[in-house]
Parts: sequence; C-alpha cells; structure tokens
Amino acid sequence: MAGKVKWVTDIEKSVLINNFEKRGWVQVSESEDWNFYWMSVQTIRNVFSVETGYRLSDDQIVNHFPNHYELTRKDLMVKNIKRYRKELEKEGSPLAEKDESGKYLYLDFVPVTYMLPADYNLFVEEFQKSPSSTWIMKPCGKAQGKGIFLINKLSQIKKWSRDSKTSSFMTQSTKEAYVISLYINNPLLIGGRKFDLRLYVLVSTYRPLRCYMYKLGFCRFCTVKYTPSTSELDNMFVHLTNVAIQKHGEDYNHIHGGKWTVNNLRLYLESTRGKEVTSKLFDEIHWIIVQSLKAVAPVMNNDKHCFECYGYDIIIDDKLKPWLIEVNASPSLTSSTANDRILKYNLINDTLNIAVPNGEIPDCKWNKSPPKEVLGNYEILYDEELAQGDGADRELRSRPGQSLGPKGSRLRDAGRTVLTTWK
Amino acid sequence: GSWEKRILKSLNSMCTELSIPLARKRPVGEQKELLNKWNEMGTDEPDLSLFRPVYAPKDFLEVLINLRNPNYENGDSLSFRTHLGLIQVPLKVKDIPELKEFFVELGLTTGQLGIDDSTQVPPELFENEHVRIGQKVLTEQDSAAAQQYVRQGSPTALRAELWALILNISSHPEDILYYEQLKTNVIQHDLLVDSLIYKDVKLTASNDDYYFVFEDYLYQVLLCFSRDTSVLSHFAYNSASPPKSYIRGKLGLEEYAVFYPPNVAPLCFLYHEPSKLYQIFREMYVRFFFRLHSISSHPSGIVSLCLLFETLLQTYLPQLFYHLREIGAQPLRISFKWMVRAFSGYLATDQLLLLWDRILGYNSLEILAGKSLILFCFSACKIDSIVSITRIIRELKISQSIELFSLANKPALLKGWANQT
Repeated sequence: MAGKVKWVTDIEKSVLINNFEKRGWVQVSESEDWNFYWMSVQTIRNVFSVETGYRLSDDQIVNHFPNHYELTRKDLMVKNIKRYRKELEKEGSPLAEKDESGKYLYLDFVPVTYMLPADYNLFVEEFQKSPSSTWIMKPCGKAQGKGIFLINKLSQIKKWSRDSKTSSFMTQSTKEAYVISLYINNPLLIGGRKFDLRLYVLVSTYRPLRCYMYKLGFCRFCTVKYTPSTSELDNMFVHLTNVAIQKHGEDYNHIHGGKWTVNNLRLYLESTRGKEVTSKLFDEIHWIIVQSLKAVAPVMNNDKHCFECYGYDIIIDDKLKPWLIEVNASPSLTSSTANDRILKYNLINDTLNIAVPNGEIPDCKWNKSPPKEVLGNYEILYDEELAQGDGADRELRSRPGQSLGPKGSRLRDAGRTVLTTWK
Repeated sequence: GSWEKRILKSLNSMCTELSIPLARKRPVGEQKELLNKWNEMGTDEPDLSLFRPVYAPKDFLEVLINLRNPNYENGDSLSFRTHLGLIQVPLKVKDIPELKEFFVELGLTTGQLGIDDSTQVPPELFENEHVRIGQKVLTEQDSAAAQQYVRQGSPTALRAELWALILNISSHPEDILYYEQLKTNVIQHDLLVDSLIYKDVKLTASNDDYYFVFEDYLYQVLLCFSRDTSVLSHFAYNSASPPKSYIRGKLGLEEYAVFYPPNVAPLCFLYHEPSKLYQIFREMYVRFFFRLHSISSHPSGIVSLCLLFETLLQTYLPQLFYHLREIGAQPLRISFKWMVRAFSGYLATDQLLLLWDRILGYNSLEILAGKSLILFCFSACKIDSIVSITRIIRELKISQSIELFSLANKPALLKGWANQT
C-alpha cells in the first residue's frame, strides 16, 4: 500500500500520540484528507449530525459509533437492556427465564433503575417496598463521578417530583436528566475496602457482533474503609471508586494509584474462595458484557467506518455476583501511575493493531477479521459469525431455541479453551 | 553478640533522643481509640519522620561480610581460597550435583505448575491430575504427603489449606483466643518498636501494588507478633544469636522483641481471617524466615545462602561474576535484598507463592539462592544497571527459573540459555 496513514486527534494524550508516531503515521489537521481520527465524543456527534455531518470515505476510520450513547448513556443503556429482555421473554427464549420471585435468572445484571423525572412515580412505588434501602442518583450525561449522590429518604429527591411549573428538572435537556439505581450496599470487600472493575472491550462491528476483551483490566479501590452506615452516605471516598474522586483523598497513593490488576483479583479469589466460584464469576462477567452488547446491537448504527473501545465498570457484590454499572465511550487515557501509563499505551497499541490492519491505509470494506497474532492482550470475547458457523455441536449444554447459539470463540486462558460454566 | 548489642544501643539512643520510653501502658482513652481503629490503622498518619529503622538490610549485609571464623586457617580449603565473593566464612554448602539430587522434583522430567499448565501440553496430562492428587492429600489430611506434593507447586485454590496442613495449623478456639490475647496486649501497651513497624509497613507494603490493599492486616499481625513471647522461647535451641534484642520492660517480666519486619504481605492473599493469618505467619517465621535475620551456620541460614549464591554464580557464570565485580556491582549486594525478604516485594505474587511452595516442600531456604542465580542468568545479557534487573524480575515467570535450575548441571547449556535470553 502506498502512502502513510494520516491521523488526527482532538485528544492530546501521549499514549495516543506515541502510538501513532511509532507507526510512522503522519499527523494532519481535521480539514485535510485524513485516514484515522481518534475523536472525542463531541466531535463524533458533529461528524454524524444532520446539520454539520459529512460522509466518510472508504479510507477513513473513526473510533466511535455514531449512536454509541445507546450503550454509554446510563438511561439509554438501561432502556435498551429492558427492551432486550422483554423481547426475549416474548419469544419464549430460555435466556429470559425468571425465578419464583419474578427476577430474571440470567439477565438480572443491572441494578433496578429508573429515569427521573419520567419514572418518578414508579420509583416511589419501588422505594416504598423497601424503605430502608439506599439509592444512588447519577446525572445521565456526566462522567468521572460528577454530580453523584446517595439518598435513603424520599425527601432528598423531592425536586424531581414537582410539576413543570416549579421544577427546572422537567426540561428535556439531556444534561438535567438523572437515573436512580438501587445502590449495591453489599459490595465484595477486600482488605475492608470497596472496589470496582474497569474492563476494556473493543467492538469492531455490531452486526455481526464481534468484540474483544482486554486481558489487563484493573480494580479501583477506595482509599477509605467501606461502611454501609448511613452517617457516611455523604462520604464519596467510601462509596465512589472513580480515580478522579479518590485521588483527592488524603490517603491516595501515587505509586499504585489504588489499583490492582484483574489477575491479582483472580489470584486472591481463587486462593480464598476456590477455583469454581472464581471461574463462575469471571464467566458471568463475560456473559453480561456480551448481553449488554447484544441488547444494543439492533439499534446501533453499524457504520463500517467505526470501531469503539469501551470502558466497562462492574461491581462485584459479596455473593460474588457481578453488576454492570455503566459503559464508557471515552475511557480515560490519563495515566495516574507508571503502570497505568504502560497499560494504556499497550491498550491503544493493541486496539490500533486490530482496527487498522498492518498499520496501513484502511479500507473500511475489509471483513474486520484480524488474524490471531495481532490481538496482543485482547482475546475474542464473542464472534457472532463464528458462533453461528459452529452450530449445535459447540454448545456446552443442550438448549432449545436458536437465539442463544453456541459461544463459538470462547475466551482463551493461557492457550487452553476455558470451559465456561455458563448455564 | 555484638550485632545484638548494636541494635539495642541504636534503640536506646533513639529513645533518649525522642524522649519516648521503650514501653508504656496506654491510658484508657487511648486504648478505646485504638480498639475502634483496629481495622484501619493504615489511615493513621503519625509523625514518623524522626524514627529511623533500627537497621537496614545493607547494614546486616556489612555485618555478614565481616564475619570471620577464628578457627579457620587459610591454607585449609583450596576451593575456598579462590572464592572471590563477599562472604568469607567457609561454610559447607551444597554443590550442583547435591542440589540436583536434593531438588530432584524440579528436574526436567517431572511436571511443574507454572510451566506445564501454560504451554501446549494438554491440561489433562498434568494439571488436572495434579489438582486431583492435591484434593486427595487434603481429604486424607496427610501432612507429609502435602509437603511432598507442593514440591511441584500448589494449585492456587488448594494452597491455603495445604500450607496449613504442612505447618500443622488448625483453627482451634485456643488459637483464636491466643491471638485475641496478643491483640489485648497491643491495645494496652505501646512499644517504641510499634512505630518502627508502622514506618516500615508504610514505606514498603503501602507503596506496593500487590499488597497495599492489605496494609491494615499487616499492622495487626506485626504488632501482635512483636509481643508474642512463645516465639522467643522457640529460639532457645537456636545455637546462634537470635535476631533480636530483648528489652526488659519496665512493666514487668514481659520481654519485647525487635524484629526486622518480615514477610507477612503475601500471606494476605491466602488467609483473610486474622487469627489464622497470624498463626500461619508465625509458624513460617519460626520455621524458616527467622534464619534470614540471624547469624548461624545452618544451611538455610542467610550466611549459607549468600555463600551458596556466590559459589554458584562464580562457578557457572564466571565472566558475569568478574565483570560485575569490576564495575563495582558485587552480585551479592543485589541478591541479598531479595533473599533477606524471601523475594517478597520483588516477584509477582503468583510467582512468589510458587517459590514459597518449594520452601515448604523442601523445608529449606536454599531455593532462594537458586532463584537468585537464575535471575542473574536471565539478566546476563541485559545487565547494565541494578535498576534494570529489578525491573525485569517482576515479569519473570517461575517456569524459566525451574527450567534453568535443572539445566544448571550442564554449564555449557546454561551459558547457551543465558545467551538466548
């Protein structure tokens, strides 16, 4: 292929720029002919907007899907998952099976969530069923833990119930909308501290769904010991794991940044809880990520110029059940520690190797099937084409219905195929 | 003798300087406060800037280097005369053939965890069978079999139980009570030593990306440990000087000990119940790790380990050995730091635990010298500074080290391997 890849970015981060430069790519400006644009979410909105948008040519690739917010906005994610579950239920799919109390057996991975102000009355009904519960209020359009607070009394969210005359929160502006979710007040604690998982997932296409999981995820620990005590509901250092918040705490350590690798977590859990429950936990985590992608796949604009690297936030409760908290379209590329910098550098490197084959000028018509050797630290999480091609003989357990299908390319662990303990 | 006196002198002078007693009883208010804070001592930030560690590993190394055996005459041992390392005490250490025999399970034909489960060898061939045997050993509660078993490495899920079996630790009510008693002791009395422990943990574990999570457990265990008089009685039959100074407490007959804080942190990955964690740690210290801090002629003592390491390196990688000496980087000065902490803080935890499996399995610390040798071999082509060795080590897999160890009997192969990497 003649010519070097011309790149643009509006995110000035060294982990990105170093990766472009080491490939010998050429930096250009947005107005010039570019091949690769690593853009912020604001920019992608412009590129695909009705007024300001423009057509991308075959040799242009961008790092977001046009309507990624179907997955990455807290309210839309929940909406899509609810819709997906109802559809499966209507089809009679075994995935949508429920238990005696009406909870989904396999698809209950998002905490009970309502949109405010739209679902206010529904929320109140739910709240009154268990009045001692704690709920977490999150603004739909913000990130890094901004604007989040916990409540355990209805009076604390009175303003969302007022009618349109008095409340400014009744506007349709996306910035003011909130979601309220049941707070997981029994998180798994290690060393007495709460943590969450940040996992990176690369999607190269939604239809067919092809996604990759980065092996080197990490846990983010709070610097302060966890307590569900109501007196500490205001202490965000106890409850919110976002580094943007924790790093202002007194005890924040700049060497390790309060982070553990997922491998450490695995070692700890296997050593203290056993291999079966640990494997089951990790299988479930993979499962819920794939289900969340399947839920939005039908509504995603599967533009062939696009790929996306998501930051999944997951919390594990003390029964070793994983919960999907949210998905980030622009996971932070800021490095809080030296290890962090290396991890993010490698993440971008491996992402580029998959998204831009051979580092050459892209052709968006390619089949998006990279050879195994370029995956780096990524592993195939789910490949719909492979899954369908394999047929029933790859299924672990016999089940009726086409909609499930076998999980063809399973996560590989150290060269072996992991026997998933999925259902 | 004189090492002991030095520590004591250092402590006493610190007391005088800072006007702090070696030991004092806490007022009731302070006791209550500490009890409340028992699970989060890590968040305390007392001013520790004036506390100096009583001794650092390098001070201890200086002492070892200056050891001389007054009964030894230079003319006696030819081989020792050519020994160019830092250790000048001619202790008997195993040579390669003896090591090979001793560590026979580490040979190439025997399966190992860490190698054989991560290659193309189908898991059925080794790992599944190995796990099955491990489960059987646990069901039968056979301590001797467990010890034999972990020579090939322990599966992560079985390790906690296997180690407890080998060390004969079970959770009887008396044991829990014993720990609670020590805890009460900590609450009631404050020791100068506590501040030193606190400072050491703050400097090491809280900055470590594996162990920071367990910082609070470390305080709990170490503070109790420094008051555990049953540990002290164990050293009654240790021929050499114990690694601590006895401080006659003003408060009576209790004796307090100054230990150089040993290796608790990795154990936090296995045991999260405080009294069990404490027992395991104490037993491991009393059986093995104390030898890293005491001067003795025992084959697992730190002096022998140093000598073993230097001898192996000089014999099998002479060019490397001489080169390092020439540029003023005596190899032992590097590996000593690793060995004296049994590699804790220098290896990834999963690798470290596999190494400690072998310590338990062979009831010997000699593998620490072997591991040091291997790391030097591995870095042979990459050594340009001490910093780069330390950086490489974290990535090292134990599979390579075992492979190397078993090749050690074939020097030509060893050199070839070192050149490849």
